[in-house]
Amino acid sequence: MQQEDFRELWQRFGELIHANRALLNELDAAIGDADHGSNMDRGLAKAVEVLNAAPEGSLRADAKAIGMTLMSTVGGASGALWGSGMLKFAAALPDAPEVSWADFVGAIGAFVEALAQRGKAVVGDKTMMDVFLPALAELQAKGSDGEPVSSLVVALAHQARAWSDATLDVVAKRGRAAYLGERSVGHIDPGSVSAALWFEALARVMGPQ
Amino acid sequence: MKKIIDAVETIVDQALDGMVVAYPEYLVRVPDTSVLARKVPKVTGKVGLVSGGGSGHEPAHGGYVGYGMLDAAVAGEVFTSPTPDQVYAGIKAADHGAGVLLVVKNYTGDVMNFDIARELADADAIATEVVLVNDDVAVQDSLYTTGRRGIAGTVLVHKIAGAAAEEGADLATVKAIGEEVVANVASMGFALTSCTVPANGKPTFELGENEIEMGVGIHGEPGIERMPMMGAGELTAFLYSRLVEELGLDAGERVAALVNSMGATPGIELAIMAGHLAKLAEGSQLSLERVLMGEFMTSLEMAGASLTLLRLDDTRARRLGAACDTPALRVVKH
Repeated sequence: MQQEDFRELWQRFGELIHANRALLNELDAAIGDADHGSNMDRGLAKAVEVLNAAPEGSLRADAKAIGMTLMSTVGGASGALWGSGMLKFAAALPDAPEVSWADFVGAIGAFVEALAQRGKAVVGDKTMMDVFLPALAELQAKGSDGEPVSSLVVALAHQARAWSDATLDVVAKRGRAAYLGERSVGHIDPGSVSAALWFEALARVMGPQ
Repeated sequence: MKKIIDAVETIVDQALDGMVVAYPEYLVRVPDTSVLARKVPKVTGKVGLVSGGGSGHEPAHGGYVGYGMLDAAVAGEVFTSPTPDQVYAGIKAADHGAGVLLVVKNYTGDVMNFDIARELADADAIATEVVLVNDDVAVQDSLYTTGRRGIAGTVLVHKIAGAAAEEGADLATVKAIGEEVVANVASMGFALTSCTVPANGKPTFELGENEIEMGVGIHGEPGIERMPMMGAGELTAFLYSRLVEELGLDAGERVAALVNSMGATPGIELAIMAGHLAKLAEGSQLSLERVLMGEFMTSLEMAGASLTLLRLDDTRARRLGAACDTPALRVVKH
């Protein structure tokens, strides 16, 4: 993956979050406090601005800048998770303007591991991990199959959406929605939607052109 | 949405400046941060107290900065926990060389952001400890959930741990005293109307004319149950009995209470609740020694109230009654 693809990934992710901002707020209103879309939108707008102003030459430096920006602008659990996750993502990358797909998947692995440590959520807790954990497993499995990246990311984006949709019928065990217990059933977790949008952005950048 | 704001993006920044305008004798804003710190010079050797959380809970948290309570308060966006860099700025502002106690309400975002801030403080060799407040008995606490939320009872943690810090207790002791308050405090609230988060622009939930949301949280997040509206006596009794049961209060024990408006409920209605509370306490032979009444931990313009009970012993009673001087809470020794 080249640096321009990586920057485009975050640009696209920011656009998708912005376009879905009201939906994310609405989903959050049902089981949380109605601001997930606004918070992510604020952070990603800033992150894209920071990336555009950053010197070129290092994906790792880009990822670190994204992590710091998200952590210090999003707030809430989302900022802490996306932010500290991206710092680990950065640390796992070689300091280069281009990284291999294997390096990129390795960095996603470090990102997900950071989320797991900080948030302590597992699949079925009705959080962003309901998307990230199976997606990572899929990426790791398919990477060794030699499946072309362009078709892999498109399939993954569709699956990510399905994993997010599947949070509908689940009782939340982590995050703000967990305080609702059974009343969280019947609502899709907004954090899982953001996670699915990230894979959608990845598919738009790395998918068939 | 009809609110006295200029732009959604500048709400917190403007509000923090406004707090300093209104309380210049108490507060300074740490430049380029969302931290309000004590105006009076630092007292070397005193444990610093830092609290914070999303904005929209005024007077929490900046209102409790001052003698006998907090050294710094960190504000996040509306209903969003502050970011680690801001919390860390609060820790630095509150550090008087004896370490800093963080009073954190049990929400995933707050816990994580304060946690990352502690990692930053570690790197600078500032000792920190945390008291996690989880007084909301409306929420089930189990191994499989995030646990109970922290709500208005947090103010009593600020007060009592703050008094201990003024007495000169060390960090471990102030933490232990804070945790003792948490173990003996319970709260529950209800909403008559929803609030509107400015960034969202519409009410977080809808309530019918004769409905209330029981067990609601302080972020407008839904409560445990929709119930039909009741009279003030019935409402107070409902909350009171849950709290007494939860704390296992027996006849003869001493308690303090907090009757807290969620934002839109006026003092006249709180006073009616306080009156009922006194009768209920008398009926169950509890000695109700102190009632704090007003806006302590609000939820924007939500109508509704919460009730907090704190089991008292001699030291908690003394520290609750100790002098404090902050914008939102003043206790004067006679």
